[in-house]
Amino acid sequence: MMSDDRKCDKCGKPATVHLTEIVDGKKLEKHLCEECAEAEGITIKANVPIGQLLENIIQHAQETASGEMSQNAAIASAPANEDVICNVCGMSFAEYNEHGLLGCPNDYDAFGEKLAKAILHVQDGSDRHVGKIPANADVMLTLQNRILKLRSDLRQAIHAEQYEHAAQLRDTIKAIEEQQAK
Amino acid sequence: MISDLSNRASEWLCGIGPMHDVVVSSRVRLARNLAGMPFLSKCDARQKSEILEKLRIAIMACDLGEKLTYVDVARATPLDRELLTERHLISRQHAASDSPRGVIISDNETVSLMINEEDHLRMQVLRSGLQLNEAFDEIFRIDAALEKVLNYAFSSRYGYLTACPTNVGTGLRVSVMLHLPALKLTGELDRALRAARDMKLAVRGLYGEGTDSLGDFFQISNQITLGRSEKDIVEEFLSVIVPELLNYERKARQALMAHDATDIEDKIFRALAILQSARKITSKETMYRLSMIRLGVHLGKITSFDLKAVNELSLLAQPAHLQKILGREIQDEERQKVRADFLRQRLKACSS
Repeated sequence: MMSDDRKCDKCGKPATVHLTEIVDGKKLEKHLCEECAEAEGITIKANVPIGQLLENIIQHAQETASGEMSQNAAIASAPANEDVICNVCGMSFAEYNEHGLLGCPNDYDAFGEKLAKAILHVQDGSDRHVGKIPANADVMLTLQNRILKLRSDLRQAIHAEQYEHAAQLRDTIKAIEEQQAK
Repeated sequence: MISDLSNRASEWLCGIGPMHDVVVSSRVRLARNLAGMPFLSKCDARQKSEILEKLRIAIMACDLGEKLTYVDVARATPLDRELLTERHLISRQHAASDSPRGVIISDNETVSLMINEEDHLRMQVLRSGLQLNEAFDEIFRIDAALEKVLNYAFSSRYGYLTACPTNVGTGLRVSVMLHLPALKLTGELDRALRAARDMKLAVRGLYGEGTDSLGDFFQISNQITLGRSEKDIVEEFLSVIVPELLNYERKARQALMAHDATDIEDKIFRALAILQSARKITSKETMYRLSMIRLGVHLGKITSFDLKAVNELSLLAQPAHLQKILGREIQDEERQKVRADFLRQRLKACSS
C-alpha cells in the first residue's frame, strides 16, 4: 500500500509512520519519521499487536468520520490492551473477562466496544434488542443510570462515614423512585 | 409447604401434555434485574437483602392469579434445598449459593420465581409435554403484572440487561426436556445432538447446566437471546427444532421395533424385573431402568401401569425425596436399600 521510499512530511527523513486520517469526511494521508511522529503526539507501542492497531485505526477513523474525534486520533488515545473501569461499580473489563459476570447495568455503556464485540460473539452476530420493551422504558432509560450512580455514591458516603451527605443522597434516590412509581 | 411436596409429583411433571412420548416438559424463563441496583457480583450482603425484600414484597402483593408461597432458600435445610432442586423449582446454583436468596412458588408448582440467583429475578413457567406457547403466555402475563410495580434495568440497544451477556436482550430461555432412548440405542444420538448444537442450541442434562443426561433425558434450549423477538425464539422451537428431534426419535423407535424388537423387549422387561426385584439400587441405575420402562409404555409393551406412574417414580426415587418420605436423613449405602424397597412396593401396587 505505502511505498517504502517516502520522506517525512516534516523533516524529509525516511518516513516510517504512515497514517490515513479522515477529517470532515476528507481523507488525509500523513507520512512521518518516528521523531516527528512522536513530536506530534503519535506513539506506536511495539507491544500492540498489528491486528489491534488496525482495529484501532479503523474504529477511530469511523468515529472521526462521524465528527466525534479530534485530530491525530488515528492512533488510539487508549491502546486496545488498556483496561476499562466502570466508574459506578468499579468493575474492570479484565475482571469481567475473568469471571464472565458484569458488575452493574452501567458496564454495558462503560465497557463500550470491547463488550459490544464480546456480545456480538456470544449472541451469534446480534447486537440489538428487537424484543419486548417495558411499558415505562422511556422514563427508565433516562433515570436508571442516574439512580445507579447515586446508589454507588451513597455506598461510598456511608463507607467514608459522611452521614449527612449519605442522608441527602438517600432522600434524592427516594424522591426519584417515588416520582416514577406514580 | 416443603413437607407437603415430598410424597407426590409436581402437577406439571405428572401430567401428560402434547407429544408426551418424546417431550416430557416445556419450560420458559425470563431474567430480570432491578434498575438502579448493581448486579449481584457487586452487591454486598446488605444490598442483596434489600433486593430480596423489595422483590419478595412486590411479588407477593401482586395478583398473579395463583396462590403463591415464599421459601427463604438461605434458611432452608440442605435437604429441603435438594428437594426443591429435584422438583426443578430452583437451580443447583441457587441451592448452593451463600447469598440471601429465596423462591416464590405457585401452588401447582408451574411457576417459580427465584430471587438473587445469577440475576436479581429469574422467573420460570413449567408445563407438561410440548406447551411452549401456553408457558410463554403465562410468563408474559406475569412479567407484565410485575413490570407495573417494578423497574427493570433496560437499554434501548441491548434490551433487558443481565449479569451475563449471554442472557441480555429478551432474557428469555426456552427449553424442552426430551426423552431420547431410541436415538441412544441406535447410535444416532450424537448426530442428532450435534445438529441441535449447530442450530446454536444448548444441550444439557436433566438438571440443567453442568448435569449429566440421566436416563436419556436431554434439555434443549436456545442460546441466542438478543436480536430476536420472544415470539420468534418460541416459534423456532415449535416449528423447527422440536418437530425435527421428535421425528428423529420416533423414526428410531420404529426402526428398533422393525429390526430389533426382541432385543428391545428384552431390555424393557429386564429393566422392569430389576426394579421389581432389586434389594439395593443407585439413583443413576434407577433412572436408566425407568427410561427403558417409559419406552416400554410408549411402545405399548408395558400396560400394567401408565406414564404418570413412571414420572412419579422418576421423581420420588431421587435422594432428597426418598429421605423426605422416610422422614429422616440417610446415607448413600442405606439409601440404595431404601430406594429398592420403595420401588418394589410402588411397582407392586401399580401392577395389582
